[in-house]
Order: sequence, then C-alpha cells, then structure tokens
Amino acid sequence: MKSFEYLQPTTLEEALAALPTSRDPKERERVRLIAGGQDLLTEMKEHLAEPDLVVDLKRIEGLDKIRVQSDGSLVIGATCTLAALEEHAHVREHFAVLSRAAGSVGSTQIRSVASVGGNLCQRPRCWYYRSEQIPCIKKGGAECFAYSGLNKYNAILGGGPSYIVHPSDLAPALVALGAEITLRSATQQRILPLERFFTLPSEGRVQQENDLGPGEMVVELKVPSLPAGAGTWRSDYFKVRERGSYDFALAALALALLVDDGTIRGARLCLGAVAPIPWRADKAEALLVGRKVDDEACRLAGEAALAGARPLEHNGYKLDLTRGLISKALRQLASS
Amino acid sequence: MAALNLTINGDRLETAAPDHWTLLEVLRYRLGLTGSKQGCDKGDCGACTVLLDGQPVLACLTLAGLAQGRAVTTIEGLMPAHAREGKSGADPVQDAFDRCGALQCGFCQPGMILSARALLNANAHPTRAQIRAALAGNLCRCTGYTQIVEAVEYAVAVAAGVEPAPRAWETPRARLTDIEEQGTRRPSGQARP
Repeated sequence: MKSFEYLQPTTLEEALAALPTSRDPKERERVRLIAGGQDLLTEMKEHLAEPDLVVDLKRIEGLDKIRVQSDGSLVIGATCTLAALEEHAHVREHFAVLSRAAGSVGSTQIRSVASVGGNLCQRPRCWYYRSEQIPCIKKGGAECFAYSGLNKYNAILGGGPSYIVHPSDLAPALVALGAEITLRSATQQRILPLERFFTLPSEGRVQQENDLGPGEMVVELKVPSLPAGAGTWRSDYFKVRERGSYDFALAALALALLVDDGTIRGARLCLGAVAPIPWRADKAEALLVGRKVDDEACRLAGEAALAGARPLEHNGYKLDLTRGLISKALRQLASS
Repeated sequence: MAALNLTINGDRLETAAPDHWTLLEVLRYRLGLTGSKQGCDKGDCGACTVLLDGQPVLACLTLAGLAQGRAVTTIEGLMPAHAREGKSGADPVQDAFDRCGALQCGFCQPGMILSARALLNANAHPTRAQIRAALAGNLCRCTGYTQIVEAVEYAVAVAAGVEPAPRAWETPRARLTDIEEQGTRRPSGQARP
C-alpha cells in the first residue's frame, strides 16, 4: 500500500473541507474517505486507489446513528455499521429486507466494521477491474475485457460499455424500499431517490457507479415506511451465492409484498448482481398487483423483470437463476 | 509516521508507525505479537481476526490509527484475561480446541478462537448453525472444520456444566475405554449391547 496522510476530523464540516472540488478525476482521487475501510483497503493494497490523504469519518459524532422518526421511517447515518443495521430491532420488525440484506454481506468480521455508505459506494468485483495490471474501461482503458472474456459473474442487464454488476446487497433492499440518499458538499446538500444515485455506464461516467459529484459525500439514507394498505407488508432479501459461507451474490432479489387474503395489493422488486446498478423491476411490480401468487404470476414476473436481458457467453445461467429466485421468493413471502 | 496510543490486551502502549500501516502490521512488526496471522492480507481468510471492543474484526483491513482509543484483544491476551478473573489455565475456548484436536497446521487457529470467543461472549448457548455462521469468515485450509465446530460446542457444554456430546472421532471402542477407566467394565465374555 502506498503511504498517505491520515486525517481524523471530528466534524462533518472538517471532513468536507478536505475533499477536492475539482472535476478532474485525478485530482479527486487524491483524497479518499474511510469508515470501515473493508473495500477501500483492498483497493489500496491492489494499487487501484492510491490517495495522498485518507479522511477517517468514524470520529464524527452521530454519523453512525440509526434514528426512527415519529412516522416510523428511518434515517441511517453513513457510517452506521452493517452489524448495527442488521441487529436494530425496529429495522428487523418493519424493514426485514434491509436487516436481512445487511446480514448477508461478507463475514461477521466485515459486518462489524463495514459501513452503510461504504457498502453503497463500494467498487465492482469484476476480476478485470480488480487486477492491477489490466487497463480495463473502468480504469480509463478502452475496452471492457469481460465482454469477450471470462464473464460468468458479469451483467445480463444494462451492460455496455462496461459489464460490471453492482456488488452491494444493501442497494437493492434500499431501492425496493424507496429510500432517498442525502449528499453533502462544503457548499450544498442534495437529496435524491437512491434509484437515481446509481448510474449506468452508458450514462456517461464509465469509471464511476454513481452520481457523486466533486467534493460530495454520502451523509445519510432516509427510508420511508411502506405505504399503509389492506393486508400486511412482508419483505425479505434472497441471495444466491456460489459459496455457502460468505460471498458476493450471483443473483439477488429484494422483495416486499403487501398481501391481503392471498391477493397481492402492492409489490416492490429490485434485483442485485445482474446489472451495473440495482435493477428495479417496476413492470413486474405493476403486473403482480391484483394477482394471487401462482405459476402464471411467477412466470410473468420473471419475464417482466428480465425483459431486455442480453446474457454474455458465460452468464446465461443467470437468467434461469433469477427467474427461479423470483418464483421462490414470491411463493415464500406470499405463504409466510 | 505517527505516534499511536493503543490498548492491547489491557495494556496501554505507545508506539509509532507509518499512517498506512494496518493494525496487523503494527501488532506483528512493531509489538512482536505474532499470534495474529497474516494470511491473505485482503480480508478473505480471517487468520488475522482480533477483537476490537469485543467485536471480531480483520486486523489486515483495519488501519492502526483507527484502533486508537479502542480495546484490542489478540490471541496472546486470552489467557492473561482468564487469569485476571482468578481462574487457572487457558481460556476455555483455547482449552476446548486443545482437547478436541481442533487444529491441523494451526495457522487459522488464533482467528478461529477469537471469532468463537466473541460469539460465546454474546451468546452462551449457540446452536451449531450459529457457530458455523459465526466462524464463516475464518477459513481452515486443512479443512478441519468438524473438530473446530465440536471444540466450540465442547466449550459451551463445559461452561454449562453438562456432558459434552460425543465427538466425531470418538468411536465406540474409544468410548468403551472410557467406561473401563471408570470401573464399570462389563464381565468378560458378555456381548456388547
């Protein structure tokens, strides 16, 4: 790891003042924020990130808190750990999908320090990107080597010109819940739907997976309560891994269903690990409403969620896997 | 280079290391605490697991500066902590690993034991599934997982004052030997039930 200076500010203002406001990517990369460091340190050890200054956010009072508002909604600070999120009693009871997604990340050791903000801003796992020697398009090169190379773990939806998948487990859960993200810079604050925070490589910024601007950092997430309606909301996170102990997802699904006497009155579906962004399946959501969970509903939802999918040479299995996951998840939640 | 004020195994220490050194590097190469192992050095294997304020963390993915003001427990600290409670011998988890033969090469053992210690501190009666989940981030390249899980179950049983379940390697023959030692030997020639 290259040496760097280490700053431990105690206020948000101090941390924001340390961030470069230049639009030049080289200038921006000179400073990196750290909370748990579970992704950043692996990037630094592989020389994918070589900042001159690392700003530690863990001493900023209150930035790691989960607050439950009077209407039952959540405000989650950016440096809140995944372990704290998983174990929070209100989150477990009212936002099960979020608790379960947090609990599915990495190992116990990783969850005890990894942060919510860091999980959302973590870099892709594609091995061409992670290999220091390979000048792939994510690192400013001309080509996505996964496209014609070994692409078993890459995108089947939304790919091009880069075919990474977004590795976050929290992102699909939070998008399904309709969360908003608050970004702050030294001079302004922006609140946007989390769904819009993540950006496709075709949207212009291939080297970045989100809309973070110069000098900006993630400050908190607001998670509204699911809208009241007839019946009860049930939610869960379904993750398929190649290895049972701990791993990134091959395919994942954040699902919330409002079920009344066997009929779906509301649905939220967001896929993970199949696209460069968390993949909200709004067409599938719409067609599920008013139906009972049966073979036909499962088939239609799978078809709608995967509409437009273009698998690469080695990842066609993700189509069947995702269809199966949607079917299993719908049946499980509807009958629970 | 920065001065570091660390609390390691109850001792307050001052040392100095470059800002980019991890807690693992400071433990091993500044303080000589080589019980925490440097395996993959990138968060895959869990051999460097230490406790930070009682929670298991990967020392290889923790900047040393981040550990300041927090209590670090390494494998070297378990036995002294046990002694400070007025008890003799090793920490019960270490003792259980010993009794159950829960090691082959031993490289993963410090991390395994600390993950198990953290689990038992939070949950004195874990199920086998909970034990396996708590140890999921610790890899054993010798694949000695059966004895490792048994060792944790053994420590749970001892703490609860109940008879440990027979371990996988305890064949009927070995168990008969135990019975003989306790003076309850069957009359010779009598068929075993």
